[in-house]
Amino acid sequence: MSKVVLKTENLGISFGGLKAVQNLNIEIKERQLYGLVGPNGAGKTTVFNMITGVYKPTTGRFWLDGEDLTGKGQETINHKGIARTFQNIRLFNNMTVIRNVMVGLHNQPEFKCGVFTSIFRLPKHFKTERAMRDRAKEILDIVGLLDERNNLSCNLPYGKQRKLEIARALATNPKLLCLDEPAAGMNPHETEDLMKIVRRIRDEYNITILLIEHDMKFVSGLCDEITVLNFGTSLVQGPPEVALSDPEVIKAYIGG
Amino acid sequence: MNKFNSVKWNHYLNYIVVAAVTVIFAILSLTGFIDSSDKYLLEKIAIAITLAVSLSMVVGFLGELSLGHAGFMCIGAYLGGKTAVILEPMLGEWPALIVSLLVGGAVAAIFGMIIGLPALRLRGDYLAIVTLAFGEIVRSIFMNSSKESFGGSLGLDTPRFNKDILFVVAFIMVLATLAVTQNLIRSKHGRAITAIRDNEIAARATGIDVTKYKLLVFTVSSFFAGIAGVLYSYSNFTVQSTKFSYNYSIEILVMVVLGGMGNINGAIIAAALITFLDVELQTILTGNLAVLQDLIYALILIVLVIYNNAPALKNFREKYNLKAFIRKFKPHNPSKHKDDEAKWDRVPTKIKMDEILSVDFQANSPYTPDKPEKEGK
Amino acid sequence: MEFIETLINGLSIGSTYAMIALGYTMVYGIAKMLNFAHGDVIMVGGYIIYVGLTVSGNPIISFLAAVLSCIILGITIEKVAYRPLRGASPLAVLITAIGVSYLLQSSAQMIFGSAPKMVTIADLGSISFSGLTIPVYVLVTLACSVVIMTALTLFVKYTRTGRAMIAVSEDKGAAQLMGINVNRIIMITFAIGSGLAAFAGLFMLMKSPSLSNTLGAMPGIKAFTAAVIGGIGSIPGAMLGGILMGVVEAISLKIPVIAPYTDAIEFLILIIILLVKPTGILGKKRREKV
Repeated sequence: MSKVVLKTENLGISFGGLKAVQNLNIEIKERQLYGLVGPNGAGKTTVFNMITGVYKPTTGRFWLDGEDLTGKGQETINHKGIARTFQNIRLFNNMTVIRNVMVGLHNQPEFKCGVFTSIFRLPKHFKTERAMRDRAKEILDIVGLLDERNNLSCNLPYGKQRKLEIARALATNPKLLCLDEPAAGMNPHETEDLMKIVRRIRDEYNITILLIEHDMKFVSGLCDEITVLNFGTSLVQGPPEVALSDPEVIKAYIGG
Repeated sequence: MNKFNSVKWNHYLNYIVVAAVTVIFAILSLTGFIDSSDKYLLEKIAIAITLAVSLSMVVGFLGELSLGHAGFMCIGAYLGGKTAVILEPMLGEWPALIVSLLVGGAVAAIFGMIIGLPALRLRGDYLAIVTLAFGEIVRSIFMNSSKESFGGSLGLDTPRFNKDILFVVAFIMVLATLAVTQNLIRSKHGRAITAIRDNEIAARATGIDVTKYKLLVFTVSSFFAGIAGVLYSYSNFTVQSTKFSYNYSIEILVMVVLGGMGNINGAIIAAALITFLDVELQTILTGNLAVLQDLIYALILIVLVIYNNAPALKNFREKYNLKAFIRKFKPHNPSKHKDDEAKWDRVPTKIKMDEILSVDFQANSPYTPDKPEKEGK
Repeated sequence: MEFIETLINGLSIGSTYAMIALGYTMVYGIAKMLNFAHGDVIMVGGYIIYVGLTVSGNPIISFLAAVLSCIILGITIEKVAYRPLRGASPLAVLITAIGVSYLLQSSAQMIFGSAPKMVTIADLGSISFSGLTIPVYVLVTLACSVVIMTALTLFVKYTRTGRAMIAVSEDKGAAQLMGINVNRIIMITFAIGSGLAAFAGLFMLMKSPSLSNTLGAMPGIKAFTAAVIGGIGSIPGAMLGGILMGVVEAISLKIPVIAPYTDAIEFLILIIILLVKPTGILGKKRREKV
């Protein structure tokens, strides 16, 4: 039995009187591809926002590798090893593609370089910059954006912007990578390509992946286990082929 | 040969130009070609450039609006001036100058860090108004100080310095400001700062320590504003609190905006040009006509900002701008771009001032029904 | 007795601030921008009153002329300077507003010179009442403010236009989809705000007759402070904040030790309020959607 990377216990949040998510219990094991699915407004992104520190959960706790991260800030949680992408793409629009990734590398211990080192242009500054650029190229190669590296990120087509978000998150060297609708707006060919990338990230870099997706083909083709959310509560958990054929889930999607 | 090519000449161009100008005028000054009013003008230009470059760090690169830059300068001018008054008889001219520059800068930097704290919670208009309030508080404190401490409403008399050399000192400070600002911006730290400007939430999610960098920018920027203040006190022999009203902060802001936000060379040129015109026009425009100049600045400011930012003019801008004009003669070849080709001179897309207030409203979403929002890009 | 006089004086200063703060708060709430030039509209109103008095000698006619000109000015500023920037970065809008403020100030100085003008509207005298001596203008200011604020509150609550304003302030896009002409609503907001600025100009000239091109600058910033303290976007908040500011100012001016620092104190209050409760006393907090 491999070890648990992310564990949540009774995780919940309410806005005013509205209970957006309640009593969420999930366990994501190492190197797992875990899916979070559910109809619109089910609270999937809210879960992401809680485990990445955008929102503070009102109830429950969550652990990364056994360390309690409940209520920590976004930066801290990122440093501890959870990286994410956004549903509505949030790139650094005025920067080139490679720079976006280099921002992701900012906190890696091997690229440590103090403010004064940079201001006085000590040799270490140049060395770090060069090393960061090389690493950024490697990461861009994984998602297939190496040739686009000198373009402004806002000029990329939609699908590539999503891939760049993945690359940037990957650059922070996460244990758990959270992808918020990575395939949204992609054509079938691009989706296929993305599936390969996601699998490669998991297999070659041993990163556990949690993803939100509406494309059921994508989910069932990729995920080992899924949780179906509806109205903020978890309906079913299990392997995709089992969970998606559950009558409760069909009812939630089709209504009735 | 290869190594020679890889040096980014455009990165060093402004140092070279500023240094060359300094040397030329120093020689002219030694040979007696320029008189004291010219030297005074040069001092003023150097002070203005220091202020504009340091403010451009906050406005252009961090993307926060500060209307309190004159307040930091005020702190530097009074405290540096006072230090000079005390130290000059004891230590002599040069040590007093150096120590007071450091003291003025350091104290201003401390206050910059303090005023950076609200910047962690507030942004946009709110932060602008807090910095403005801060500047006015500082001014009011110095204005009401006792005659013995800072001279109160009469102002503080500060030591004189050899006018042949002072402008050279001032320009050396410009070079220092440029070096620190540009080295900071063109490093991983600068990348983090611009990342915060472009998208703070994404920057946080990427693990950027937003607190640290906001405080850093405010501290460094106000350090140099403080230095400019000390130079001002030396240049004018007297420090009057009325000088540092928020109108002066706005004047500095005008320089930054006219130079193109986030464009350091532009800020230098705008600062030099405006200061030069200020002094030259003072003799031509007298009486009520003197404000004609302010009026023209105001008009230029409005027209320029609307031209550069109006969503309706977007296509027009892309078609007819200087870069496109140059590109006609020199075809654009993206493959020739180097990895580190700087794109620092771009104006921030949006400042998320609404984050605290209202946020469902997106700053960039068009309201005109004939222009539906494009998906994706 | 003296304390009560100070308090009443504070109320009158405060209601002037409230009048200006209403302009800020409505524009901020609806157009989501800080109209930096709002204070200078007051100044323009003051100069129109001055010109009106010199030409006609009739205070009422000159005041009505001032209200009308301010409204036209407000609409023009919105149309020429701010509307093209709708949807652009808030920083650009703010800088433009600063430019407009500069433009108005320097134009006024060009036309009328930098020496302050003396504007005596009408000497209303003062009344004594069981030991209290209160200048009549203070009472006039207070009465006018109460009437205007009540009218404004009713207008926003019960008229179609008023409700449309609330809708636009909540969500521009949705309001537009509901068939509300957003541009028109914003224009009306500017018109109302600028009209109120003319009132503020009148009150300020009744209080002290000296008129210069920076008449509105400082009170403008203080009134914005008041609007923030009350909670920006909230009409009752602007009134509350304005009156609070006025009372603080009146009391502070009465105490010799701190009187010179009055401005500093007011700004300090602003900074503290923004740090402790950035939404102000009556403001609402909203979240950004991630």
